[in-house]
Amino acid sequence: MALLEIRGLCKSFAHVVANADVYLDVEAGTTHAILGENGAGKSTLIKMISGLYRPDSGEIALDGAVQHFASPRDAILAGIGVVHQHFMLIPAMTVAENIVLGTERQRDAATPRQSRLLFNRKRAAASVQELSESLGLPIDPWARVETLSVGMQQRVEIVKALYRRARVLILDEPTAVLTPQETEELFAVIRKLNQDGIPVIFISHKLDEVRAIASTVTVMRAGKTVRTAPVADATAAQLANWMVGRDVILQSRKEEVAVGDSVLEVKNLSASDDRKTEKVRGVSFSVRRGEIFGVAGIDGNGQTELVEAIVGLRKVNGGSVHLLDRDIGHMSVGERIARGIAYVPQDRQQDGLILSFSIAENLQLREVSKAPFSRRGWLTRAAARKRAQQLVEEFDVRPPVIDASAGSLSGGNQQKVILAREMSRNPELLVAVQPTRGLDVGAIEGIHRYLLQLRAEGRSILLVSLELDEILSLADRIGVMHAGEMVAVMDNQNVTRESLGLAMTGKWSEKEAIS
Amino acid sequence: MNFWLQIFANPELYAATLAMATPIALAAVGGTFSERTGVVNIAMEGIMLVGAFFGVMVAAATHSAWLGMFGGVIAGGLMALALAWPAIRLQSDQVVVGMALNVFAGGLTAFLLNTVYGYNGTPTSTPSLPIVTLPWISNIPFIGQVIGQHDVVVYLMFLFVILGHFTLFHTNLGLRMRAVGEHPEAAETVGISVVKIRYLGVMIGGMLSGLAGVYLSLGMLSSFDVNMTNGRGFIALAAMIFGKWTPFGAFGAALLFGFATALSISLQGSGVSANLIGILPYALTIIALTGLIGRSRPPAADGLPYVATK
Ligand SMILES: Nc1ncnc2c1ncn2[C@@H]1O[C@H](COP(=O)(O)OP(=O)(O)OP(=O)(O)O)[C@@H](O)[C@H]1O
Ligand SMILES: [Mg+2]
Repeated sequence: MALLEIRGLCKSFAHVVANADVYLDVEAGTTHAILGENGAGKSTLIKMISGLYRPDSGEIALDGAVQHFASPRDAILAGIGVVHQHFMLIPAMTVAENIVLGTERQRDAATPRQSRLLFNRKRAAASVQELSESLGLPIDPWARVETLSVGMQQRVEIVKALYRRARVLILDEPTAVLTPQETEELFAVIRKLNQDGIPVIFISHKLDEVRAIASTVTVMRAGKTVRTAPVADATAAQLANWMVGRDVILQSRKEEVAVGDSVLEVKNLSASDDRKTEKVRGVSFSVRRGEIFGVAGIDGNGQTELVEAIVGLRKVNGGSVHLLDRDIGHMSVGERIARGIAYVPQDRQQDGLILSFSIAENLQLREVSKAPFSRRGWLTRAAARKRAQQLVEEFDVRPPVIDASAGSLSGGNQQKVILAREMSRNPELLVAVQPTRGLDVGAIEGIHRYLLQLRAEGRSILLVSLELDEILSLADRIGVMHAGEMVAVMDNQNVTRESLGLAMTGKWSEKEAIS
Repeated sequence: MNFWLQIFANPELYAATLAMATPIALAAVGGTFSERTGVVNIAMEGIMLVGAFFGVMVAAATHSAWLGMFGGVIAGGLMALALAWPAIRLQSDQVVVGMALNVFAGGLTAFLLNTVYGYNGTPTSTPSLPIVTLPWISNIPFIGQVIGQHDVVVYLMFLFVILGHFTLFHTNLGLRMRAVGEHPEAAETVGISVVKIRYLGVMIGGMLSGLAGVYLSLGMLSSFDVNMTNGRGFIALAAMIFGKWTPFGAFGAALLFGFATALSISLQGSGVSANLIGILPYALTIIALTGLIGRSRPPAADGLPYVATK
């Protein structure tokens, strides 16, 4: 009998049916992948299993016993552990505080050394350390969460779930934010948990990963579970087909575009992060018309600061930025936008959208002072709405309801709204940071097509991505960042994954580049 | 030179500092509890006023200052409920509700003062809270004169500052409260009831503000006067921010404001313009609020309504 059984779960929100008749059987000690397009209802399903949402109908059974979760507390006590798509950690608190939080009255979970009334930092730290080491997931219990890398934060989330004696571990898009190395480490952890009999539900958009780690896969489409199959039986192309309901081109094709004059010219640029440590050191490069310039590098090597300095969100320490031969280095963000820079930021919830605004409002934000969004300072609602409806359809935002709040969209669809807004402005230069992070294969195909189309129209694109495959398949030239410097600029034609990997880890020497 | 030495060497200046700091510290610690759980509390002024009035009313009716104190604290708690319900259940704008409560409290207490007691104000027979003289300590020279003899609420204030610090930073409840104020969704996912914790935080805040009001009416005096809080609730707000949302910090900031007030009193009639000195506490408030003295980071979810989707 399956350890976790989901039978006919349904859940509707104001504008959409998020889950309609979902079935899932998860066997002990296995990894069960859930695949599905953006908005297919994966996170909603997880939130019901974890007691955050209450199902409209249907049953959740653990070990054959039907569960009624009125709150996350019930789910935790029953042994459900979840690492949510957007981490549920308190940045200002320490690792130990985050992990023991709320466990003191859960008799079963609390370690015997924990008092019910008093919070003892040292004991909490000791018990967290002990557990994390016994799991083979060492973490510093005293570190503040905000100082940890994303990979470490995820580790904290996993330990947090296991501290509560989770019998099932659910990971909602755990690899979306990880580097390839971190992903490997995560897989090792998952395998170990499986050996201990703990099943893992693994949600991802990356077909290769699903094939690498899962034994069974369930595919969701439009709120329904449409297929469950052993992973070994399916090819990546088949999985993609089940998800999207049509064949997907996994490798995009580029046409030849004549490269023109340089549009963006960055010279000797230096910038510091918020803690005043210099993160960008004398970076120079240019992006030409009809070109996609890819910036590769391991997360945290200055890419974020470089981009922010270019779009005007960060003060530069030195050097210059020219757009179409004009020095824009000292212009405000607004002036830079007016001169033709479009920006797709890395953190869509923080910087890209106003979550409480509707889709229509978010779509008009950037150019609200222009037609068709306003005339002589007055909003022209009807025209703006028509434009929004058009964009929502063109970019396949789901649900295509322009009055829904941006916050109610699934992660992938939020990204589509930003892209729709930025790309529809026909910018001179599009700066896109991780534009397909968290998107499903169908959506990625669409975004890549849009980027290539912009390129074919002779526009310039600065593409920052942690996904080597994305850079390799889209970029014409690739600049590699390491420790704040652009250690190499290579032509995509004569680049290999190995040379990129070397440059990213700083083991690249110019001599090799020349030879 | 001599003149200033005389002023600053006088233990009474420091005793008065403590007395003046007490209501501010109490309300500020209360506000800290409210805001640590994520509810902005700018209604402290109004809650203090209500606490002060009902303190006197109950004391006058029962002839017991203790019962009066009790009544004032309960009234403060109820007033806080009027903030908590819309802020937590209805997800209203907390600043707007808080401001409305301040206006309401001013009107309510003035109206009740007039209808219940008429022109003459609260009865002169109203008992006041006892003055406590600490054995041993009061005999120590200077220090004894500063901390040895005070209204009972002053000592209660010390108790609550310490208790407040201990609760927030050394108990599981405190950890939960801070978690709710930083990231309510995260707290909810580990099984903490955001709603309950926020109610608790706001109520603690209201009761401590109520006690601060009682101190003004039954401690310093034994009567109530219209708008007798005179902005202290707002100074407490500043003290809370100034103290970086910690009870000890709030206490320290309250001492500073208390000192400025005490100084202005002892400088009265000394030639230094009393008006000038009188603005000192308020000037400090402005400096604190504009953040000249270091940046303090409020709880991340302070003021943000929490909407639980079900
Ligand atoms: N709180 C909510 N209110 C209204 N609609 C919601 C809410 N949460 C989810 N939805 C809607 O339910 C649908 C399913 O969303 P869900 O987040 O489960 O998708 P998902 O499969 O996790 O997608 P992604 O891969 O992009 O994360 C979407 O159409 C979404 O807009
Ligand atoms: Mg999701």
